Amino acid sequence: MTDATSNGPTARAKKEHGSLLVQDALTKRRNASERRFRAYGLTAIGIGVAALILLLTSILSQGLPAFQQTFVTLDVVLDEAKLDKKGNRNIDEIKKVTTFGYAPLIKNGLKSRMEELNISIDGLSDKDAGGIISKEAAGQLRRYVIANPDEIGNSVEFRFLANGRIDGYYKGRVTMQSAERDNNVSPQQLQLADALKDGGALVTRFNWDFITKADASENRPEAAGIGVAIIGSLYMMMIVLVLALPIGVAASIYLEEFAPQNWFTDLIEVNISNLAAVPSIVYGILGLAIFINYGGLPQSAPIVGGLVLTLMTLPTIIIATRASLKSVPPSIRAAALGVGASRMQSVFHHVLPLAMPGILTGTIIGLAQALGETAPLMLIGMVAFVRDFPSAPPEGFFDPASALPVQVYNWTTRADPAFVERASGAIIVLLMFLLCMNMIAIILRRRFERRW
Amino acid sequence: MPVLWIVLAVFGLGLIGYFVGRLRALGSAGGDARTLHSLPSYYGWHAFMLTVAPALLVLAAWSLLAPNLIDRSVSETIPEATIADASNASLVLAEVRRAAGALDAAVAQGLVDQETSRNLHTESTDVTALLKETGSVITSAVTQPILQAAQEFRALTKRSNLYRTITTFALALIGFGFAIKRTHKDFRARNVVENGIMVILVLASSIAILTTVGIVLSMLFETSHFFGLYSWREFFLGTKWSPDFRGDSQLGILPLLWGTLYISLVALLVAVPIGLFAAIYLSEYAGPRLRAVAKPMIEILAGIPTIVYGLFALITIGPMIRDWIAQPLGLGNSSNSVMTAGLVMGVMLIPFVSSLSDDIINAVPQAMRDGSFGLGATHSETIKQVVLPAALPGIVGAILLAASRAIGETMIVVMGAGAAAAQMDQGLGEIINPFQAMTTVTVKIVSQLTGDTDFASPETLVAFALGLSLFVITLGLNVLALYIVRKYREQYE
Repeated sequence: MTDATSNGPTARAKKEHGSLLVQDALTKRRNASERRFRAYGLTAIGIGVAALILLLTSILSQGLPAFQQTFVTLDVVLDEAKLDKKGNRNIDEIKKVTTFGYAPLIKNGLKSRMEELNISIDGLSDKDAGGIISKEAAGQLRRYVIANPDEIGNSVEFRFLANGRIDGYYKGRVTMQSAERDNNVSPQQLQLADALKDGGALVTRFNWDFITKADASENRPEAAGIGVAIIGSLYMMMIVLVLALPIGVAASIYLEEFAPQNWFTDLIEVNISNLAAVPSIVYGILGLAIFINYGGLPQSAPIVGGLVLTLMTLPTIIIATRASLKSVPPSIRAAALGVGASRMQSVFHHVLPLAMPGILTGTIIGLAQALGETAPLMLIGMVAFVRDFPSAPPEGFFDPASALPVQVYNWTTRADPAFVERASGAIIVLLMFLLCMNMIAIILRRRFERRW
Repeated sequence: MPVLWIVLAVFGLGLIGYFVGRLRALGSAGGDARTLHSLPSYYGWHAFMLTVAPALLVLAAWSLLAPNLIDRSVSETIPEATIADASNASLVLAEVRRAAGALDAAVAQGLVDQETSRNLHTESTDVTALLKETGSVITSAVTQPILQAAQEFRALTKRSNLYRTITTFALALIGFGFAIKRTHKDFRARNVVENGIMVILVLASSIAILTTVGIVLSMLFETSHFFGLYSWREFFLGTKWSPDFRGDSQLGILPLLWGTLYISLVALLVAVPIGLFAAIYLSEYAGPRLRAVAKPMIEILAGIPTIVYGLFALITIGPMIRDWIAQPLGLGNSSNSVMTAGLVMGVMLIPFVSSLSDDIINAVPQAMRDGSFGLGATHSETIKQVVLPAALPGIVGAILLAASRAIGETMIVVMGAGAAAAQMDQGLGEIINPFQAMTTVTVKIVSQLTGDTDFASPETLVAFALGLSLFVITLGLNVLALYIVRKYREQYE
């Protein structure tokens, strides 16, 4: 409290001798406090902006490498003696060969490639050499052979994923020093990878599979993708849009245009404002107890996630819709009533179309919130490991699926550090979706919103 | 007949009703739409509504209720001994349902024909192997009582579905006929249709109430189960949290509550000063250009999903605090800590505090500032002694809302705060060390309800009691905050 009142008498006494052009001590102090106060404000804004920048750069720098992946190109001889002993190309007999039967073919392919490039590394066993290829490769080869049984006996060029540790070597996660202490990778394997890279057989390139393929198990991070998660999130957004938009708009129209002032209306209003602030995890408990335990819907299904997110999004949509209905001037309603429309007609024919841009903006923002929501989905079982793509809707709504944010969480709980990179990559995709949705909302608002 | 086809057929009938109703109304007016009471399409919608609405309502009610009734009558036929073997009636019922589904699948795949499937007997055929062949999940061997119950289940379901189809179509046809019969040029079709729409609007608004009721009931129900298994006194007053699925768990809420409040306190200590100063600067000092850049930048923070903050805490802030502060000072060596979660949550709450306070500061009448300037106060003195005191109730409301957000936040604490409950018996020094991992109510709700859950054990059910406590606390804070904010707004309007 360094203001004039508290130091009144002394300040006035000094001032009598001072000049108007020279600041006295009190004024200086007051000005200094003014400057300090401004500096606090600027610092606060600076901290906020710096936090945003730190957050985004940290996620970007961790996640961008996830879109690149190291591949090894090999010529694999699809040995008839191993894959189709009887030679009759019977698909059922070919299917009996498990991925263990395919692994030696890949090792042979790698060996011949090493001979071709004159690579020999001391202390590197054949088994270790094969270890630089992802464990996913055998499955990839088997799927190819089952799809093209006629190729058995030929030599086909394949591009296999490199093991996650080899990939990490080119992304700076693994070094020669750390490899010595690591059970999963040896320095010799890294030397082999370097030699293959020099020979052009090993490349790091953009990896579409990260976006389109399903999740992979704990020990093959290189093959994990977010395809199922994107589909799951998409299905849930479809359900939310189809349910929340009509219900939200209908509820807002009633509350804003028709509801009489009584206890029932008050009850609804209080409920909506409270539901908007209920912690999201409580909605997860609701979903688990009502939709899964009582309603008998399957766990980890997009339908349950969609229903839970619909209930969560409704208050947001209702609040936005009511605001935009309120902003339509009463003269529009009066004019419609004046030419003989009923109240219902005036609302549906005139008020609602004029409020539509605001409603859509609110809906998109609500959807964006729902897209990033994690906690309630974890409770309804969406953290489960899902490898199979859900089928097309409507049956697909009942198939197990993952969701983008939950997939991120799932990956952060795994031991291999390569999954942290994947998680950050998935976050980047999520943020991209959110950015697009918010851009659409802003454009809609800029382009169509009317000021009365 | 599958539900989807029934729905489509009913809608088809409704559509026919639309055109017939419309034509009939026009016909009764001699083709002159001006003599009709309502516009022609209202007569069409009237017929559509009466055809579709009652039929679909009954269909929905039937589909919701019938499975329960079937379950009940099937479980009466299962002998006591079978239930005693499986220890739980609902488990037996689930097995029956799976067997029935597998039998249907077997018929659909042509493994057995309809007639034999009804007369299967476990002694003559290996039913278990047959059902496994369909690709269905059959966990244990199908015994004769189970098979019999499954047959009963199939028969009842089939009959119920048949009656459902018949009732639905009958209602649709009755509605159709009634609507067409009523249609006449003097009939007030618009009023009827508008009343129907009004009912839909009211139902849509009641979903908000239903949701609240659903939340409260689902948690109350399971919580009462929990308190049947575990003493409520120990839950609310117990100072130890150590769940053990083999039994003999100690499930005191106090350590979790302490973790929640401590992390929220740290978060508020970060968010409130930063958010408040940012709001003051933006609303009182900043020029339009700075405001146009800085305000959206800060508000972006509010649009970022919490999982992103969680990851940020996990991979950046956590290790940073551990390596730079906690380990050098010897205060802890876990990257999960109260500080990590609190700091990151504080960042998340900055836009929350700042945009609410911004609104409130802007609502303070300009005349009050002018009066203060007129007395010779500097800008900051005006803010400190006039604007802030006037805005104080609103700001307190904003802080309470932020606190309720912090208490209910899940992902940041799951990924940043750790899973170990505060050790309340280890002394004060242990529990107030902010570099120690500490868990919260929300983290425990997640951990008790994910993975394998058994809804008969107190270790799972405790999550509902925790959820209810969380709901009550946040609800209280919200109601209080909204009350304060509303009261304050009225003051200047």
